This record gives sequence, C-alpha cells and structure tokens, in this order.
Amino acid sequence: MSVFSIEILLVVLGVGLLLLEALVPSLTRRALASISLGGAALALVLFFFADKSAAALPAFAQPFHQLDTLAVFYKGFALVITLAVLWLTVESRAYLERYTPGGRHGEMFSLPLIVCAGMMWMASAKDLITVFVCLELVTVSFYVLVAFARKSSFALEAGVKYLILGALSTGVLVYGIAWTYGVTDSMSFEGIAEALAAPATAKNAALLGAAFLLAGLGFKVAAAPFHIWVPDVYQGAPNPVTAFLSVGSKAAGFIVLTRVVDAFMAKGSVIASEVQALLLIGGALTVLLGSLPAIFQTNLKRLLAYSSISHAGYLLLALGCAQTARFDLDGSSVAAFYLGTYLPMTVLGFLILTVVRQAGLGDDAQDFAGLAKKNPFLAFAATLGFASLAGIPLTAGFMGKLFVFLGLVENAHWFALSCAVIGAAAGFYYYLRPVLVMFTGESGPALKIAAPTRAVLVLLAGAILVIGVFPKPLQGVLKVPVASATK
Amino acid sequence: MSILEVVILLPVLAVLAVWLGAPARLVSVGSALLNLVILLGVAAKYKAAAATGGLAFQHARVVLENPAISFGVGVDGTALILGLLTALVTLAAVWQISDDRPPMYHIASQLIAGGAFGAFLCTDVFFIYAFHELALIPTFLMIALHGRADDATRKAVAWKATIYLGAGSLVLLAGLGWLVLEFSGGSKLTFDLIALREMAQSSPLPVEKQGVIFFVLLIGFGTLVSLFPLHSWAAPAYATAPVPVAMLHAGVLKKFGLYGLIRIALPLLPQGPHVEWVQKAMLLMLLGNIIIIGLVTIAQKSLDRILGNSSVMHMGYIFLGIAAGTELALQGAVLLMFGHGVAIALLFALTGRMRNQFGTLEVAKLGGLASHAPVFSILFAFGAFASIGLPGLANFAGEVLIFLGAFGYDGTATVGPLQWTVILALWGVVMSAVYMLRAYRGIFQGTAATGLFMNDPSFSQRVPLFLLAAALLVVGCCPWLLLDFLKSLSTTAAVAAM
Repeated sequence: MSVFSIEILLVVLGVGLLLLEALVPSLTRRALASISLGGAALALVLFFFADKSAAALPAFAQPFHQLDTLAVFYKGFALVITLAVLWLTVESRAYLERYTPGGRHGEMFSLPLIVCAGMMWMASAKDLITVFVCLELVTVSFYVLVAFARKSSFALEAGVKYLILGALSTGVLVYGIAWTYGVTDSMSFEGIAEALAAPATAKNAALLGAAFLLAGLGFKVAAAPFHIWVPDVYQGAPNPVTAFLSVGSKAAGFIVLTRVVDAFMAKGSVIASEVQALLLIGGALTVLLGSLPAIFQTNLKRLLAYSSISHAGYLLLALGCAQTARFDLDGSSVAAFYLGTYLPMTVLGFLILTVVRQAGLGDDAQDFAGLAKKNPFLAFAATLGFASLAGIPLTAGFMGKLFVFLGLVENAHWFALSCAVIGAAAGFYYYLRPVLVMFTGESGPALKIAAPTRAVLVLLAGAILVIGVFPKPLQGVLKVPVASATK
Repeated sequence: MSILEVVILLPVLAVLAVWLGAPARLVSVGSALLNLVILLGVAAKYKAAAATGGLAFQHARVVLENPAISFGVGVDGTALILGLLTALVTLAAVWQISDDRPPMYHIASQLIAGGAFGAFLCTDVFFIYAFHELALIPTFLMIALHGRADDATRKAVAWKATIYLGAGSLVLLAGLGWLVLEFSGGSKLTFDLIALREMAQSSPLPVEKQGVIFFVLLIGFGTLVSLFPLHSWAAPAYATAPVPVAMLHAGVLKKFGLYGLIRIALPLLPQGPHVEWVQKAMLLMLLGNIIIIGLVTIAQKSLDRILGNSSVMHMGYIFLGIAAGTELALQGAVLLMFGHGVAIALLFALTGRMRNQFGTLEVAKLGGLASHAPVFSILFAFGAFASIGLPGLANFAGEVLIFLGAFGYDGTATVGPLQWTVILALWGVVMSAVYMLRAYRGIFQGTAATGLFMNDPSFSQRVPLFLLAAALLVVGCCPWLLLDFLKSLSTTAAVAAM
C-alpha cells in the first residue's frame, strides 16, 4: 500500500463524515468522534507500515509527488498532530457546546482530516502549483475551524482577522509565485533552482519574487513582521484549532518554506546570500518580537501564541543555516527535528488549557493558581511542558534549541545567535512564571481528570522526556544520507 | 551498569516514590544514607580501580552519535570528593527537615541532590551542564514558595537569583559550546570530556584563544559561584531559602562552578588562567570577594546575612587556588570546597533552628545561648571556627595549601601579582575572625536576653549535625584522607606548567 492511498483515504473519510452528519441526523457526537479518531488512527497505523519508497507511487502522481526523508517525516507529523487535535476536540466538549448550541461539531471532526491530507500532499509537492493548491485547501478549512465557536465574540473576531489576513497573504504569495515564474520560466523547484544558478538570471526580479514568496509564507508560519494577527486569532479560536494552527499549520508552512529555500539557496544560486540574510534577520526579529511581548502576558493562551511566534523564529534561524550538514542533520532537517520536539510540548500545553477550561475555569494566569493542590499530576505535567518550551536541559525543547544554536555558532552568525540567546533567556522568565502561579495560591475544589486524558498526558510527557534524554531515534529518522550531506 | 549510575538514579527514584505517596522522610533519609554508604565504598575502592588519568568506575551509554553525546559516568579525585560532599550534606539536609513540612521539601532536596550527583559524576559536558540546570529549578521554586520572608520579598529574591544564575548559565553554555566547537576535529562534534582532554593534550589551542575562552567560562561559572562583582544574588537567596535548600545550594551546588573550572576549563585550557590580562582580571575579582565582601560581612547585623556574605567571601580563596593552578594550590582548592561545603551546611542548619525558635537572627537581640543550649553552641563553634580557618578543621588545611601553592615559594620566586594577591588575601582570614567571633560572642555568650530560651536539639536531631562536625574534624586532622584521591591533579598541573 502506498502512502498516496492513505491520503486519498483521509479525504474520502473527511468528505464522508461531512455527508454523514448532514444526512444522518441520528448519528451522535460520540459516533462522529469515534469514526474520525478511528480513521485518523488507522491512517497512522497504515502509514507506519506503508511502502514509503517513491517507486510505490502510482504513475500519474509521479510528476508532482516526491517522497524523500523530509516528505515522509512531515507526513507522519501531520498524522500525529491531526490525531492530537481530534483528541483535543473530544476534550473541548463543554466549550464547543456552549458556543455552538445544539451542534454535533461534525465539521470539527471532519475538516481536520481534510487539512491533514492537504498537509501530507504539501510535504510531497515538487512545484509551486501543488504547493498553492494544498496551502489553500488547508487555509480555507482553517477559515471555518477558527470561527467555529460562532456564539463567542472572540471567535468571530478571530475568524474575521484570520480570513482577511489569510486572503491577503494568499494574494502576496501568488504574486511572488508569478514573479518567480516570470524570472525562472519554471514552476517546479528543480527548474527554479536550475534557472537561478544560471548567471544570466535577472537577479533583482528574482529577489522580488523571493521576497513576496517568503512574505506570503511568513504569514502562514507567523514570522515577524507578519505575526500581528497571531495573538488575537490564537486566543479567539477554540483550543483544538489553536493547537492545530500553532503546530500543524506552522509545520505545513515550514515544509513549503524548506522546499522554497532549498531551491532559492541551491548551489550557485544568484540570490542565495540575500535569501539567507532574509531568513536570519527575519528569524532573529521573530524570536525577539515573540519573546519580549510574551513577558507581559497574563493570559496563558496568548502566552502560547507569543511562544509560537518565537518558536517560528528559531525555526527560521535553523533554515538560515541550511548549508551546514554537520551532526548528520542539515538546516532543513534541524527545522524538522525542532518541529518534532515542538509538537509534544505545545500539544501538552493546549491539552492542559483545555482540561482546565473543561473544569469551568478560564485561560488567565490566576485561573491556574493553586493547580498543584487541585491536581498535582496536572501541575507536574504542566511544569514539564513549560520547562520544555523554555528549553531546560533533559527536555525535548532543549535538544531542538541546542541544534539551532550549534548551527548558528558553526556558521558564525553572531547577531542572530545573540538574539536567540536573549529570546531563550526571556523564555526562562515567561514560561516559568505560570509554573510558579500553579504552585502558589489557594486550593480549590479538586480538579478531576478522566483516565484517557491522564493516559494522553503521560504519553506527551513521556515523549518530551524521551526526546530530551534520548534523541537518537528522532535524529535517525531525519538523518541526511552521506551522499547529499555535502551540498 | 556502573555503581555511579545508581548514585545518580537513587535520588530520582526517591523523588518518584515520595511523589507517589511513599513516606517522605523514611524514603528520603534512607536513600541519602544509602548513597553515602555507596560513595564511601567507591572511595575505598577508588585507588584500586582508578585507570590511567585517574578515572574510575567509568561507563558510557551513547545518546547521540553525532554530535557525540553519551551518558557517561566516572570519577576522578575531585569528582569523588565532591560526590562525598554531596552525599554527606544531602543526608544532613533531609534528616533535619522536620515532620510538619510538606513532602515538597524532600522532593526538592532530593532533586537538587540528584542534579548535583549528576553534575559531579558525569563525564560528558552536555550532561554535566544539564544536571546542574536541573538542580537549579527546585532551588528557585523552593525559595519562591517556601522562602522565609513575606510573599513579595521571597519572590523578588527568587527572581533575582533566577535571572543571575540563568544569565550565568547561558554565558556558560556559550563558552562550553565554543570550547566544544574549537576541539571538534573534522566533521564530528564531541561532548565527551575524556575525548576533549585527549585532544587538548595532543593539539592545544593557541594561548591567546585559551585566555579568551577561559575568561568566558570564568564569567559563566563565576556567576554560579558568586564571583565578585556577580555575587549580589547570593546573600539574600541564602538568607531567604528554606534550610535544606540553603544547605544544599551553599554547601554543594554552588561548588559546581568551581568544579567546572577545575575539571573542564583547566585541563582543556591549561594556559587560560596564565594569560596576563585574564590572570589580572581574575585576581582583581577574587580580591573583591575576599576584601570587599569581607568588609561587607563585618558590617552585617543579622546572622543569616553574615553567613550568606561569608560564603561569598570564602569563594575568593578557592578562586585563588584555581588562578594559581599549581598542584598544591589546586589540592587546597578542592579540600577547601569540601571544608566550606560541610561548614556552611552545618551553620545554615543551626541558624534555621534559631530562626524557628526566636523569629529573629539579629545578633544584637540575641545573647547567652551557650548557658541553656551548650551542645548547640559547641556545634555552632565547630562551624564558625572552621570558617575562620582554625587548625584542626578541614578549611584550615585547604586554605594553607592554597596560600602556599599560590605563593609558590621555592627559594627563587619573585613577588608578582599572584604573590601580592596572596599577601592581601591573608587579611581575609583576619576579617573572618572578626565577624565570626563577634557574632559568636554576641549570640552565645553574655547574659540571655529576656524571653530567649532554646533547648539543645534532641538526640535524633543531633545526629546529622554531629555527622557534619565530625567530617570537619576528621578531614581537618587527617587531610591526607582526601588528598590521596587528588594525585590525578598533578597531571593537570604538569600540563599547566608546560
């Protein structure tokens, strides 16, 4: 069974669920959730055993579909985060019922599957057309998801903001694609790289195209200075959707960015150094503009939004070191590794927010006061999650940062490195402050969590620790083959 | 599996057990006692087991192949002595936690101990750094949550320490990263201390570069050890921290910075401290510790502030030993690390009792305690006299070796900056005598102020205190017990002399 058929299966499942919800009114929320979760889990299992060689692809898909290490990694990533988001949706029942009375949340269970298929295709894209189609598939689904809690004014605000800025960024992206096509006469990454390597290429025009392309993608991954929408949208959207935006949408943006940057910075490219400078400056700026405002946040969901911005910065910095291939990882696979560490800790953060909200509390820091007395287990898991986000050693977050920092030192990007260090230092403060709040404050009624939730928490916490102490397996998945290590 | 891995793992297991609801005191004291016994066994077998280079009980598990990171353990003399110190202080610290404290006290103490064991016993730079960071988190949390001051003060103190130590750790990380990258030959990066040492011996870095990297490490490690002028977090933190945390941090964890300089910086950058500008800067800073903080300590009115500042001050002597870099001075530095750790832990334990009893530690308000708590006051005298450097107690042996080693008298020595520093530093001993004896007289002698009364500690409460006092006495009278482990330092000194 090829990976391609899993993607088809996901789309069929997603559309089928939408139809089922519309046509079979007797189907309960629980049934919808079970079908969706079961389907996603089945897809993950099938993916694990699927034939992941490029030869297994159907012939018609060969021209626009590739299956390299990164593509396989991001496909698996998309499946895992989708599964996590569906689980968060199950957990957010009270919130969703409050703001969409009477609904069965069918879209919340079907659209993520379609988004997942879009992200999986995107990971394999060989040309800008495929990229654009997949990005739109993902983004349009997100328009619906973000505004899903339609009785909440926050969600509506978030929905409108995301719609307008999403449409704008799409416009910018298309403009960039058009310029790039005009300059290089090619839509495929391979063709673009080839054309840019020719010295006769119009450099300024190519740069303009690259700048628009990067700006368009910058919106998608929440990079500065295109990050202004992030805090409001993240705060307003339902928790599962915010987690999906923060992890899934970011990963999708980064696989595209990786492909684009690889093409722009390929050997001999006339605009390689400029694109690299854009990535490094953008990354440094993103780290600072994400970390420094985070210091003043009192709402944990907004805090996670700013955290998501600053992590995008580290990811950009990783891509900015794309040329180095030491430690068996090059810049692109360091970014992928970073996302691998980012997934469990961010999902853990949102799961804790969701559980606390389910208990009738909010997202503000004071809602978490005394959590250690109400439920020590939850407080312990939260401490681990925040410690990992801050990048404390022996957690996953530290490993990701270590690779990024080593890459920067290796290439002597001192300015970017100092910004990254400032961001990390600020992180110690703003991530550990909520932890302190959890351990102080008056005790309240005990906060009970169900056994399955507890199991998921243990799973995520375990992933954080395992990656933090024993990162070899994750690194092994991404290992750059020796032949291509020196590009 | 190396026995050292068991030592690191035991506190972690104790934490898990207590967290899951096992009787906190029993588990905590039991595991601390077991660790002390194991490490005494390791010490007894060290000589026989030590391979060339002085490392014993080595074992490594590969975590990452490239960059090469492995969970490697192994002890040389320095690590062994600090491991013993950790075991001893941990036992005393968790023993004296009274039963009415929440289990969090035991969890935090064991976490700090586990971090310290990991930092001292690992042979991989990555894990050495990581374990130390791990130990800092419970320290901050305990100061912020259970500190002995009002809510706002203890949070401010905790944040101050967090920011200082966090910033110091980042500078340290940068320095260590730089060091590792400089030594990474070809396309392979290694964090393995043993491999790094071999590379440093076969192909040392240019002298000037050694100086620069050493200076970065000095600032990084130095912040953690309260090197002047990066010291101002220390005294308030110790005055505020809960007793076991103050004991463990001042007694054990703070030594990590010094340990790092001796075990990582000196062997890899043997010329570093001898580059002229680095040496001058270091000597000026350590004189700041000894002279300026010495004077500051004399001006303090409250016992916790006196102890906190004196602990900052005494770090100056150890830095002096490291700056000198001779075998004698380095042996003295390690010995003084042990002596100071035990003495300050003893003093903080006793001070904690006094604060609980009286609610104040101002010397002027106390008096005459010796008449109704003789055992208590004798124990305090042990700690105080050790701090001053009275012969017969551990600190004296360390200080003498440092002074002799740093002065380097072999009949021909000229009087250079190092010798002048020694001459000035000697006055620190006088200052120590001034503030310690004054505090001792004010608190324990004279007539008791009205309403002040305290009993001697009960028998079971005395045990950990006597343990610490006995260690001071034994090492003070027979310093060779520890110095015997330090033969390996001579290889460092030989490299340094090249």
